[in-house]
Amino acid sequence: MTEPARALPQISEMNQYFWCGGVDGRLHILRCGPCGTYIHPYAERCPRCRGDAVSPQPVSGRGTVVGFTVNHQAWIKDVPVPYVVAIVELEEQSDIRLMTNLPTTPIEAVKVGLPVKVYFEPAGDIYLPLFEAA
Amino acid sequence: MTRYAEKNTCISGIGQSAIYRQPTVPPFRLAVDACEAAIADAGLTVADIDGASCWPATPTGSTAGMGAASIPDVVASLGLSLNWHCAGDMAAQLSPILNAVAAIAAGYADHVLCWRALGERWVPSYGSAAAAAGGARRLQVPGWMDFLLPYQAPSAAIWTACHASTHMTRYGITREQMGAIPIVQRRNAGLNPKAIYREPFGMDEYLSARMITTPFTILDCDVPCDGATAVVVSRLDAAKDLRKPPVIIEAVGAGTGDRLDTWLGRSDYPHMAMHDAARMMWSRTDLKPKDVDTAHLYDGFTWLTLSWLEALGVCGEGESGAFVEGGTRIALDGDLPLNTNGGQLSEGRMHGFGHLHEAVLQIRGEAGERQVADVRVSAVGNGGGSLGGAVLLRVAS
Repeated sequence: MTEPARALPQISEMNQYFWCGGVDGRLHILRCGPCGTYIHPYAERCPRCRGDAVSPQPVSGRGTVVGFTVNHQAWIKDVPVPYVVAIVELEEQSDIRLMTNLPTTPIEAVKVGLPVKVYFEPAGDIYLPLFEAA
Repeated sequence: MTRYAEKNTCISGIGQSAIYRQPTVPPFRLAVDACEAAIADAGLTVADIDGASCWPATPTGSTAGMGAASIPDVVASLGLSLNWHCAGDMAAQLSPILNAVAAIAAGYADHVLCWRALGERWVPSYGSAAAAAGGARRLQVPGWMDFLLPYQAPSAAIWTACHASTHMTRYGITREQMGAIPIVQRRNAGLNPKAIYREPFGMDEYLSARMITTPFTILDCDVPCDGATAVVVSRLDAAKDLRKPPVIIEAVGAGTGDRLDTWLGRSDYPHMAMHDAARMMWSRTDLKPKDVDTAHLYDGFTWLTLSWLEALGVCGEGESGAFVEGGTRIALDGDLPLNTNGGQLSEGRMHGFGHLHEAVLQIRGEAGERQVADVRVSAVGNGGGSLGGAVLLRVAS
């Protein structure tokens, strides 16, 4: 596989679960053990119950496109346009939203309300979460 | 004494440099020009200024970029002697105003010089700088951008466009409705000698303009520029007999958000921090949206202005498209004249302080050919995403 023309995040102790967790084929999001609240991006305490029993948990990887744009501007050298940038809301909790791309879904098929599922693009130890029409 | 300290403060002076689309004058020099103009406009001298505030926090030695004039550098150039200064963030572009109000309430200062200095044409644009940084194998900037750059989303145009699609789809708002904003603002800019773009355009030209990122064409994106705006915020008692009548700061609001670290985590998405700023502002005054005579609302991208109209309660949730449709209501002679100087879409991205400056001109009756009759109350709203600030200004009664 060729090197993806993407910038890749700095991996830290705080975000490794998200960027590298896809090695098992599943998306991982922080969750409060006692109250079940999902939290993204990372935080040290649960914003609902203030508890500290927060740890990464696998989620279904299913969600819905709640907003998107078809970008035509060539911001980044060597990245072909147009391409879709979308906000996906995970089915587990409505305020867990990820900005993402849908590279394998035809642009004309992307719409608000589109059900999607996660897949991963490996790059070294990183498994970049991307989405496609479910 | 009122509980809300801003009512004991005012804007006593305003100043603005020339505005350039191409690199022409070193931006730090423009900032000093604007600061001197604001002090003179107030009828004060440098010796009267005992506080200073700018946004964003700007490193000493900066002469261009998003922040082209630091507090220490302005102090050095003007020979200021301060009791207090602050470049903290709490209300986006309007942070200096809220910080100045707090400083005056605390007794730290009587006359606070506030500025916003842009030198965006001397450095790569924000989007291209972020994109260039993203070319590296691993990003060097952790945090919020970490979650965006891997997805080829270096520009706020993209982030805002995603929010816009949610809102416009939900409420059936069309590009034709949204287009009334840039069209009306360009007409206003024709009456503003300082505006970068002054030639009017119509709906056909708007709809066929070059697409940047749906639903935003180039005419929906503001114009990066070089320029600076300064205001003096004064203790009202200390400003009663100055050169110009004081413009009272009736209420302020800060966008505090339920998460400040991301644009995406709000429970009320696609609402933004501006909704918190507007709510806080109205909670501090007896005035109501219907009392606003002119509105000066952030237009980094056109949809942000629609969202501000709803956040301020000028119209209902989802009704901003119908509110601006056709442009009659927001024109200079309409019910609510909007961005009377042409806004950032036409005048240039003076980054919030352009809106503030214009609001003061309108309240003073100094807006020249674009003056709206009998302006008593003006609303200023700045910022998008996790940034939001609002100020309500009024004539001294």
